[in-house]
Amino acid sequence: MDPLTWTGSFGAFLNPIFYALVTVAAIAIVAQFVIPFVTPSGERGAITLRRGPGDYAAMAVQFALLGIIAIVVIFTLSAILGPYGISGIIGEVGARFTPVWIALIVTYAASIFYKRKLGLYGKLFDSPIGMVGFGLVMFWVFTAIFSNIIMTHDPLAQEVIMKNKVPGTPLGQDDAFPHYLFGGDSLARDVFSRMVAGSQIVIMIAPLATLFAFMVGITLGLPAGYFSGKLDTVLSFLANLILAFPVILLFYLLVTPEIVATGLPTYMAMFLFLFPLVFLTILFNSRFFTQPMKRNILIGVVLFVGGWLYLSLISQSATPVNFMGALDLFNVPGGILIVFVSVVFVNSPTVFRIVRGLALDIQTRDYVAAAQTRGEGPWYIMLWEILPNARGPLIVDFCLRIGYTTILLGTLGFFGLGLPPESPDWGTTINAGRRLLSAYPHPAIVPAVALVTMVLGLNLLADGLREESLRD
Amino acid sequence: MAKWDYDGPILEIDELSISFFTRLREIPAVMDFSCTVQPGEAMGLVGESGCGKSTVALGVMQDLGVNGRIVGGSIKFKGRDLGEMSADELRDVRGSEIAMIYQEPMASLNPAMKIGRQLMEVPMIHEGVGEKEAYERALEVVTDVKLPDPKRMLDSYPHQLSGGQQQRIVIAMALMSKPSLLILDEPTTALDVTVEAAVVELVKDLGKKYGTSMLFISHNLGLVLETCDRICVMYSGEAVETGSIEDVFDKMRHPYTQALFRSIPLPGADKSSRPLKAIPGNFPLPHERPNGCNFGPRCDYFEEGRCNQGDIKMSEVPGDDRHGSRCLKWQEVDWDAPMAITDQKEKATPGDVVLKMDNLKKYYEVAASALFGGANKKVVKANETLSFEARESETLAIVGESGCGKSTFAKVLMGLETATDGTITMLNQKIEDVPIEKRSTDTVKNVQMVFQNPFDTLNPSMTVGSQIVRALEIFGIGDSVQARRERMLELLDLVKLPRAFADRMPRQLSGGQKQRVGIARAFAGDAKIVVADEPVSALDVSVQAAVTDLLMEIQREHKTTLLFISHDLSIVRYLSDRVMVMYLGHVVELGSTEQVFAPPYHPYTEALLSAVPIADTSIEKQHIVLEGDIPSAMNPPSGCPFQTRCRWKSDVPGGLCEKEVPPQRTLADGHQIKCHLGEDVLSKMEPVIKVAAE
Amino acid sequence: MGQFILRRLGVMLLTTICLTYIVFFLTNLYPNLEKLAKTQGNFRMSEAEVSSWLGDRGYLQPTPVKYLEWVGALPGYSIVKDDGQLVGRCVRPAVAAEDTPRYCGVLQGNWGFSTVFKSEVGGIVGTRLGLTGFLMFWVMLVMVPGALIVGVLAGMREGSRTDRTLSTTSIAFTATPEYVSGVVFIALFASSAGFGRIFKGSATSAMEDANLENFLLPVLTIALYGLGYIARMTRASMSEVMTAQYIRTARLKGVSFRNIVMKHALRNALIAPFTVIMLQFPWLLNGVVIVETLFNYKGFGWLLVQAAGNNDIDLLLACSVVAVIVVLVTQLISDIGYVFLNPRIRVS
Repeated sequence: MDPLTWTGSFGAFLNPIFYALVTVAAIAIVAQFVIPFVTPSGERGAITLRRGPGDYAAMAVQFALLGIIAIVVIFTLSAILGPYGISGIIGEVGARFTPVWIALIVTYAASIFYKRKLGLYGKLFDSPIGMVGFGLVMFWVFTAIFSNIIMTHDPLAQEVIMKNKVPGTPLGQDDAFPHYLFGGDSLARDVFSRMVAGSQIVIMIAPLATLFAFMVGITLGLPAGYFSGKLDTVLSFLANLILAFPVILLFYLLVTPEIVATGLPTYMAMFLFLFPLVFLTILFNSRFFTQPMKRNILIGVVLFVGGWLYLSLISQSATPVNFMGALDLFNVPGGILIVFVSVVFVNSPTVFRIVRGLALDIQTRDYVAAAQTRGEGPWYIMLWEILPNARGPLIVDFCLRIGYTTILLGTLGFFGLGLPPESPDWGTTINAGRRLLSAYPHPAIVPAVALVTMVLGLNLLADGLREESLRD
Repeated sequence: MAKWDYDGPILEIDELSISFFTRLREIPAVMDFSCTVQPGEAMGLVGESGCGKSTVALGVMQDLGVNGRIVGGSIKFKGRDLGEMSADELRDVRGSEIAMIYQEPMASLNPAMKIGRQLMEVPMIHEGVGEKEAYERALEVVTDVKLPDPKRMLDSYPHQLSGGQQQRIVIAMALMSKPSLLILDEPTTALDVTVEAAVVELVKDLGKKYGTSMLFISHNLGLVLETCDRICVMYSGEAVETGSIEDVFDKMRHPYTQALFRSIPLPGADKSSRPLKAIPGNFPLPHERPNGCNFGPRCDYFEEGRCNQGDIKMSEVPGDDRHGSRCLKWQEVDWDAPMAITDQKEKATPGDVVLKMDNLKKYYEVAASALFGGANKKVVKANETLSFEARESETLAIVGESGCGKSTFAKVLMGLETATDGTITMLNQKIEDVPIEKRSTDTVKNVQMVFQNPFDTLNPSMTVGSQIVRALEIFGIGDSVQARRERMLELLDLVKLPRAFADRMPRQLSGGQKQRVGIARAFAGDAKIVVADEPVSALDVSVQAAVTDLLMEIQREHKTTLLFISHDLSIVRYLSDRVMVMYLGHVVELGSTEQVFAPPYHPYTEALLSAVPIADTSIEKQHIVLEGDIPSAMNPPSGCPFQTRCRWKSDVPGGLCEKEVPPQRTLADGHQIKCHLGEDVLSKMEPVIKVAAE
Repeated sequence: MGQFILRRLGVMLLTTICLTYIVFFLTNLYPNLEKLAKTQGNFRMSEAEVSSWLGDRGYLQPTPVKYLEWVGALPGYSIVKDDGQLVGRCVRPAVAAEDTPRYCGVLQGNWGFSTVFKSEVGGIVGTRLGLTGFLMFWVMLVMVPGALIVGVLAGMREGSRTDRTLSTTSIAFTATPEYVSGVVFIALFASSAGFGRIFKGSATSAMEDANLENFLLPVLTIALYGLGYIARMTRASMSEVMTAQYIRTARLKGVSFRNIVMKHALRNALIAPFTVIMLQFPWLLNGVVIVETLFNYKGFGWLLVQAAGNNDIDLLLACSVVAVIVVLVTQLISDIGYVFLNPRIRVS
């Protein structure tokens, strides 16, 4: 087998066009930025229909970017349809992601078709920024879902000859996948497969941890903002206490094998994971106490299902808390649990502060006063009058915070905390790759780029959501 | 560029059309608008919100933002087309030749810049004068707008001034370089009535003094009557009638103008014998305007096939001074026909006492400064010895300006706060120190409230129906989901909303419709007492009448006691049986509507009556302008709360007003005032409002 | 004002005590102490040896007692062993038994003894802080003006092309954590695979002699994330101010666009970012730790990692005190600065 080049035999023909387009795009972006400062602009504030040089630059950017995308699509399509390796690494990698592309196309087609019926989610498809962000996020979500199909090799398997080999190096075996597409790392594992496997860990932990942090933050932030007074003082002090801790110090203190051995993370998990249960119970009780039958059924279901999940989660074999025996539904590896708990712990105070601020603001509204004057309980007002109307900023922050959580997970991996060293998650792989960075950059660059695109996607998505929710 | 001389009109707007462009469509905001302002003339621009009056003003300023564009017509200022000026020329005109004043004085002053700087900037930009001269000029103008201690004013930040003072500063800023045209966009809407009166007086005087032409934008016909020479009535982006004040007020020639006048409570209107006539239907959204006449669907004189065909042009009313009407049928309609009085009603007779307050006091403790607050707490006396009673099916109006304690009183009654002292007896139960969570469901559902702001009164993320159903659930009405839904639909019928609204979200409703839902919610538990906190003040004039009448009608049917909180004396006179006037936490006057609106008055009531603009040319008013602003409740004056602004103070011997709070005195049966003035002085008082003999 | 600061100082003190106690508690959990004993003594110690090693040094006392000893409110633990050797908290090598003080806590100015560096904590922290301070100075110099200019340019004409380009760039920056930008920088500018070894991938030499070659990459790496973040805040604040009523007033007064931005908008628009810049410090500390580890610059962040990695209790406590104080002081400055920048809430 020959080594794969980046663009394969197509490259000879398409590479010049590709480089030309990149150059045009770069020049146009710069021009677009500079032009407003050199040309006098109409201060009249009215719309002009004439096209100025700025508009042409913007068009150039658009066309160049479209051209680049088109070329990548050609590479991918030829790799799917043509013989192996015809369009090089780019084409083969593109072809590996075929299920992701199909899923993305279906999602987009359906969403754009029904966008007027889908509320805020539908409006997202009016904003180019939001669409790009959503695309990036969904790319990784689908990658995580289909990772077993996408991976070319076992992310933990070592092939001695592949140690630190550059992208496209052949494996020398007669295999369905004769190359390490993105090369091999210092332990001779496939960088591409590790990146794909890493997405699974991130996509599993980050949104879920953020969700838990929101539950904690909301359950504590609403009463703090609504009641003010002593409760607020105490809770705000505690939140500020955690916020004043440098995150890394906290991680170094919490996420060590020694601390896991003391069972502290399990106790924290017991406390933090109780919040979703409490939250849902209060949520339903405050609304449906006027209809006892309905209330009892809802709360019964919540307590039974939630309670069982909760008990299974906190009862871990090989920790001090282990009592469920055969009823234990699942075990989470100690490393992941502690990472999860500490990320929730770090995020909750910020969410608390946001929710508290929103509650302070919204409780001055007349509809809250109307609820008070008809004798509603405080929890009903907080959860059904205030919370739904704070959802805009909270959804935006949720997206941003998943990104932040992803960064935190990476930080943990970067310092080798929590997850085992062979784990394929992006932070840990960056950490492993950075030691030989000057000589072999690819093992670190690949997960780094993956992480950035994911976080960037979340940030753009949040920005798009914010912009669209402010409209109309 | 210096100012140039021109003999013709100051402002000529000719067939102006302005549109805003959104992602989806072009939204025409102003269509075919023409008007001329002569030197020294004051032109009033009147209309409901969304009619395009502010857009005209911004069009004149050529400041329509990124989405707005002038799509037709021209605006000539002193003979020069503003649309053809370059950005630099325009900048020279702005501020020096045309100045503008807006609604929110606080928002239009830069919070981080001293007032002096902001004023001095104007001549420094336009006339290139030095700092020293600019300062002198600023000082002069600030003195002109009658602000106390001008030097200190120039050296302060905007937030250190009261609302009235800020608006005076904004006026001063506009007058700094003696502009030829002054545009005032609802300049007094954010101010209290007595402060508004003073500011209006000032604008009138200064306009004369400086010889400035004015374009006065307002929704208040009374205010326009007081300030302007000519008027232009706008409806849904078009000018529908224009002419001199006298012509338009007394000889209106457009159905909308007529409907507008019939829907505002002028003296003489009465809820039982001469009810208001609301304009049916809703204001059309800009992209849903009908064919032909925009007012067509709501017009009494509408003629199918004629009024909804093609564009309608302004036509001149011969004989009058530049009086025009955009109506095809103006020559056919009998304009002098009296208003058809449709539903006269029996005056309801008050029943038993349902609510009695005795010596109610509510004090708050607040930290002196929110941010750096320490031990020094201050006591704010929000309500001071409040005593009154209200009977079944009676409407008691509570009148006062900001800080008078009317909202606090409502909170105590509703149980959101508990009283500091005194008693509240409702239906023979003492409730003054029972907070809402301890009240029985019966008590809670018996006192309900209608809120002021229609955009805030409904939970935006719940359907209209479920919000009413929730109230029913809480009040324990109906024993099944089905029964409650049925009851909810009946409530929608009661407030005259279509049943289909049950599944709508609040944002799909107009302001008036939301307010109706708010009323339905308040009556969900057949409330005995309803507190209506300025329920119509945020609505447009034409909608106000409809909502007010609805409230009255439901009250009459349910024999409800209505506590109507308002600052608008016109509407109070129209609908209330008794009136309670409050000032800084004190009840200064209490009596039947006739007693309060006729002499002898409490000096504050007298000033308040004089301050309210009335849109009737046959009314003669005594002009009483109060000095200064309402004192802060944090720091009330000694003795009588009103003594700092009272014009009768010199008639009380011995400076008693400054030393003692006056006692509550009963003048006639049920007429009480809190004043030191002697009987002789009180009996000398003349009525503030007189209908001129024709 | 004075009272306000006093109260804030009180809260700060309370926060510091709470936080140091938490750190103290966590570092003094038995598994951590066991690890400490094994790294300091030898790895094949038996259970009994471990506990006697710990007992000799006072580690087995109740945590509150140990904490108060650290603070200096209780006399330091000391015991004379059977062979007449004095061991305990306050004992230092090469200090005679008679000269060993009874109290040796923070109140006495004694920050303890580092088990990793075998030296007084106070001295180590001081040097390392100096190095980090130098790094931070340059970061601030790059980050703050850059972010403010970008933010103001983007926010002064909301929705314009400049705005969109700059905003997207800022978002991209905030999406790039330091460990990613650092890695990318090294791969591009300090490896043969990128544009060649233009800069150095290690900043160790910058500790003595900082120059563009060895210092630019670490400074840029830290600055980049904050730059994006502050620029976004500034843009949001600026674009909000530009739609304010008083900006329209100024425009209709005939003020030129330049002067509107410079005289009217800027001061109001900078209030919010000022707070943000100050509150950025905790996050910057994070960046410092990552960058110092990545570039091997032996400053405060590197020290923190060393201390935490080896459970060097005294050093770790000193580091957390420093970190917490930095965070709290910046919060205080941000509050006070907010008041001064914003005349609306200035005390009269």
